[in-house]
Amino acid sequence: MVNLKNYNVVLKHFVLLLTFISLIACSSQKYQVTKIEGKKIGITETQQSKTEIENYIKPYREHIDKDLSEVLAYNPETLDKSKGEWQTNIGCFLADITIEKSNPIFQKRENKTIDICLLNHGGIRTLIPKGNVTARNAYEVMPFENSAIIVALKGEQIIELANHIIAEKKPHPLSGLNFTVSKDLKATKLLVQGKPLENDKIYYVVTSDYLSNGGDNMAFFKKGIEKFDIDYKLRNIMIDYFKDVDTLRINNDVRIIKE
Amino acid sequence: MKRRDFIQKTVASSALLSLTGLSLSSFKSNDLKHITILHTNDVHSYIDPFPADHPRNPNMGGVARRASLIETIRKENPNVLLLDAGDIFQGTPYFNYYGGELEFKLMSMMGYDVATLGNHDFDNGIDGFYAQLHNAKFDFVSANYDFKNTILDGHVKPYKIKTIDSIKIGIFGLGVELEGLVDKKNYKETVYNNPIEVATDMARILKQEEKCDLVICLSHIGFKYKEDPNKVCDILLAKQTKDIDLIIGGHTHTFLDKPIIEKNSEGKQVLINQVGCYGLNLGRIDFYLSNDKELQSQGKSIVV
Repeated sequence: MVNLKNYNVVLKHFVLLLTFISLIACSSQKYQVTKIEGKKIGITETQQSKTEIENYIKPYREHIDKDLSEVLAYNPETLDKSKGEWQTNIGCFLADITIEKSNPIFQKRENKTIDICLLNHGGIRTLIPKGNVTARNAYEVMPFENSAIIVALKGEQIIELANHIIAEKKPHPLSGLNFTVSKDLKATKLLVQGKPLENDKIYYVVTSDYLSNGGDNMAFFKKGIEKFDIDYKLRNIMIDYFKDVDTLRINNDVRIIKE
Repeated sequence: MKRRDFIQKTVASSALLSLTGLSLSSFKSNDLKHITILHTNDVHSYIDPFPADHPRNPNMGGVARRASLIETIRKENPNVLLLDAGDIFQGTPYFNYYGGELEFKLMSMMGYDVATLGNHDFDNGIDGFYAQLHNAKFDFVSANYDFKNTILDGHVKPYKIKTIDSIKIGIFGLGVELEGLVDKKNYKETVYNNPIEVATDMARILKQEEKCDLVICLSHIGFKYKEDPNKVCDILLAKQTKDIDLIIGGHTHTFLDKPIIEKNSEGKQVLINQVGCYGLNLGRIDFYLSNDKELQSQGKSIVV
């Protein structure tokens, strides 16, 4: 009995020691990754919608829908950027209304007048179908927040601008400038607001903030002498114009003539 | 046998039993931890599903559906970390009308934990982002944008550590170069720092100093650039750093069918995932962790 009792004491200490060791071992043993699984789960119509979220979105959606569905004007012809070699009806329309809506602000703030508008073909995101026009059309054509910037350019940069259009061979939206493409693909007979271009004169060109920083390879804008930000989004120019008129005025006068 | 001896023996044996129990529970089956990472990127204000007649993504996406899917997964495994890799803003009239309010509110309702900033999150200016920040009940991280001289100073941290089921997870953010991509008037005095250098520091801090079990990089620098192979991207980031377990990417709208496995600078495996855009998909990565030496010695298996 005595022996057994002693053995128990030893055992007890042994157990304590073991516990201690294993606790230390445990705490120092870090977790490590043993397996990783990865996949992509498509969100499809078979996935149920969470009602709580759906109900939360509803008033926001209805407000936007109501706003964007209101008929603002009538469009007499489908405005499409894919038809035309040197100009398109939607491009002419956008460039014309950008001058029309920006000029009063520029005149009031700076006492100067815009001569030319140049935007980019790629910036027109979709067409405007013939028929009723809503603000939704403006959001679809101009989804991004680009705003109108007026850049002061010398006559020689206007020549560069015209030659850039010829080199790119894209029907960029253009207004206020007319020129002829010569047989050797140079811009000639440049007219600004109907008057012959003067090399040293300063012209005011309205464009987007994106292009004014040399976007879409329009490096000539970076040579601008001065820049004026009129804090007017191109999309709001469209919406405000739609609100101004009953029927969109489309001016398809030829702006670039090929010799 | 005297009664005292009996008690002593009983105590000893029960201690032994509980020890066995303890060691079983701490080293065997009970100690497999399961962390589920769910993620999105470039959702671009897409809140409603695409219409049925949409030429590219008919009937795909939608926040209410994503919310329900996330809820189902949380029931399966409550140890979920929900992340977004940026460009939450811009793309639908919801953003033009509400400036990101609804996007942040819905992400909060879904229980997003951490997100990083994409270039389009500056579209209403850094002030526009700040104005909506109170609607986000989750954290924004960015380690390579220095916001010190901006309104976001102190509101966006380089990294965030989350402990889920006693697993310590470090998440840091990386953003794309803003110059030439975002108008200066929108990002103001935000300073962009080299993503690889910053990530090297972050991974060291999170793995060595903070002793995180998992290190995740939320990246909006882009997956890779075919036409410009030296441009910093997730692939180069994975190859040139160490101690990062997972890179969740964005910006390039890359649809990966499954995560990509790259070797880091130490030859260890790094996962990269990106799930396209517009909330069309939800990415899911399940990490199983163990502190069983035997299991650990077998290395990790990646099932993708």
